[in-house]
Amino acid sequence: MVDFFWAPFADFAFMQRALVASLALGLISGPVGVLLVMRRMSLAGDAISHAVLPGAAVGYMIAGMSLPVLGLGAFITALLVALLASGVSNVTSQREDASLAAFYLMALAIGVTLVSMHGSNIDLMHLLFGSILAVDETALILIAGATTVTLILLAMIWRVLLGSSFDPLFLAQYGRSGRVANQLFMLTVVLTFVACFQTLGTLMAVGLLMLPAIAAKFWSRDIPIACLLASGFAMLSGTIGLLLSYHASLPSGPAIVLTAGVIYLTSLFVGTHDSLLIHTIRSTRHRES
Amino acid sequence: MPKHIRPLLSIATLSTLLLVVTPSHATEIKPINVVTSFSILANMTEEIGGPLVSVTSLVGPNSDAHVFNPSPAHARALANADVVVINGLGFEGWIDRLIKSSGFNGELAVASNGVQPLDFADEHESKVPEKPDHDDHGHKDKHDHGHKEAPTESHADKHDHDDVDPHAWQDLRNGQIYAANIRDALIAAMPAHRDQITTRAQQYIEEIRVLDQITRERLEPLAPPLKRIITSHDAFGYFARAYDIEFFAAQGWSTDREVSAGDMATLIREIRQDDVRALFVENMSDPRLMERIAEETGVRIGGKLYSDALSAPGTQADTYLKMFNSNVNTILQAIEP
Repeated sequence: MVDFFWAPFADFAFMQRALVASLALGLISGPVGVLLVMRRMSLAGDAISHAVLPGAAVGYMIAGMSLPVLGLGAFITALLVALLASGVSNVTSQREDASLAAFYLMALAIGVTLVSMHGSNIDLMHLLFGSILAVDETALILIAGATTVTLILLAMIWRVLLGSSFDPLFLAQYGRSGRVANQLFMLTVVLTFVACFQTLGTLMAVGLLMLPAIAAKFWSRDIPIACLLASGFAMLSGTIGLLLSYHASLPSGPAIVLTAGVIYLTSLFVGTHDSLLIHTIRSTRHRES
Repeated sequence: MPKHIRPLLSIATLSTLLLVVTPSHATEIKPINVVTSFSILANMTEEIGGPLVSVTSLVGPNSDAHVFNPSPAHARALANADVVVINGLGFEGWIDRLIKSSGFNGELAVASNGVQPLDFADEHESKVPEKPDHDDHGHKDKHDHGHKEAPTESHADKHDHDDVDPHAWQDLRNGQIYAANIRDALIAAMPAHRDQITTRAQQYIEEIRVLDQITRERLEPLAPPLKRIITSHDAFGYFARAYDIEFFAAQGWSTDREVSAGDMATLIREIRQDDVRALFVENMSDPRLMERIAEETGVRIGGKLYSDALSAPGTQADTYLKMFNSNVNTILQAIEP
C-alpha cells in the first residue's frame, strides 16, 4: 500500500515535480473555478485557452523555445482578450461571454495565421502546452509565482467578488471599483489558466479547473466552503491521476481530468445539495405526502 | 591497393569503350523502369543503374514502410515496371498482394538474398539482464510483435514478418550483398548493358566496403561501457551485431502516443539499471520530457537515427551511405566522453 502511494513519488523526481505542480494548481483552481461557475462563465476557460495562441506564437518567433517568454506572450494575449471582452460588455449592453467569444475567435485566427506563416515544423502548441510529466524548475517557479499572485489578488477583491457573484447589480453599485474588481478577477483567471496550460495542456487544464468546481457545487451552497472543497477535489484529482498514470500507464493529463470527472459524477449522484439523490428523495416525499 | 585502382581502371576502359562503340546507341538508351519498395533500395538502384534506370520508390523518403497503404497509383507503377526490387525477410508484408494485383510479371529481385538473417529474439534478450523486480511485460510485448502477430493485421507499428529482423541493411556488409543482388537483377533485365552495370556496381560496392571499414575503425576502439544505447526502434539488430554496440529497446515506448508517468518511470529504471550512456528515443510530442529523463539519469539524449527510410532529398541522410554515416556520427556524438 505504501509502495503504491509513496514509491512513485519517492523514486522519481519528475513525479515529485508533477505532484507539486498539480497541488499548486489545485489550490488556485478551486476558488477561480467556483467563482467562474457562480458568474455563469464556466466556458470562459475554453475561450481563454484559445486566446493564448497568438501571444505564444509571437513569443516563439522572438525567443524560440523559452518557456518564460512563451508564457508571457500567452499571458499578454489572453489578458488582452479578457480585458477587451469585459471592457466592451461594460460599455455596451452585450453580455461578457458574447464579447469574449468574439475576441477569442479573432485571437485564434490570428494565432493560426502566425503559426502557419512562420512555417515551423515543430508543433508549437505541443511544445508550449506539454505534459505535466515535463515540468522543470522554471515551470515550477512560474506556477508558484502565478499561484501566489492569484491568491493575493483574490484575497484583495474577495468581498466584492462574492457579492457580485450572487447579484451582478451589486458590482454596478460599486461603480468604478467594482469594474476594477471585475478586471482583476479576469486577470486572476488568465494567470491561473496560463499556469495550467504550461503544465497540463490547454484542453486538460480547463478540465482540472472546472470539473472540481462544478462538483463542489453539489456539496455546498456556501461559496467559501465550495471553494475549499473544489481545491481539495482538484488536488485529489492531481494526485490520483498521477498515480493512475504511473501504475496503469495512462497519459497523465487525461488521467487527472478523468479522475476529476469521476469526482464530478459521484457528486452529481450522491452530493448533499441539488444532487440526483436529493432530487429523488424529495420527489418521493412529495408523492408520499 | 589494386582493389582501389581496379574500378578506376575499368571505368577508364569502359568510358573509352563507350566512346568508341556507342555514339550511335547513346541516343537510343531508354531507361528501364525499376520500382523499389522503399527509399534505401531506390537509392542503391540509382547508384548502380545510373542513367540506365528510372527508379520509383513505393514508400518515399521519410515515410514509414510499416504503415504503408498501397494506392492504385502504386499498382500502376508496378504494372509498368521492368524490375521490382524488394528487401525481403518479410519487411514488405504488403508487397505480394500488390504485385499480384498489379499484374507485374518482370524481374523480381529480393535484395536481402544471401544475407545471414538475424532472429528478432536473439537481439536484445541475450543482452538484457532479467529484471524480476519490475514489469518486464513491456519487453515481452516488444518481442511478441515480432513473433506472433498475424501478418495480415500488423499495420500498427511493427513489421509484417515472422521472427527474423528485416533491417539487414543496417550492416554495411549486407549492404554489399544488396548491391550485388540489385546488380544481378539489372543485368538480367538488360544484358546488353552488362559491363556498364557491373562497373558501376563494383564501384558502389567498394564505396560501401570502405565505409564499413571506416565505421569499424571509429566504433571499435570505444570502451564497452560506452556502447550502451537505448533506442525506440527495434531496427538496429544488425548494426549491433556488426559494430559491437549494445542496443536496448525502450520498452513500451511508442513515438505516437501520449506518454504516461508509467512509461517515463520504466524508461528511467532501465537507464539506471543497464547503465546506458545515450538515449535515442524520439518523441516529438514534447522534447521537454526527454530533458527530464536526461536530468534524472544523467543519460545523454542523442539525435535522430535513421532506420527504415532516407531523409528528404538534399538533407543529411538522403543516400544509403550518407544515412549510415549520419547514424554513426549521431551515435558517436552521443556516447563519446
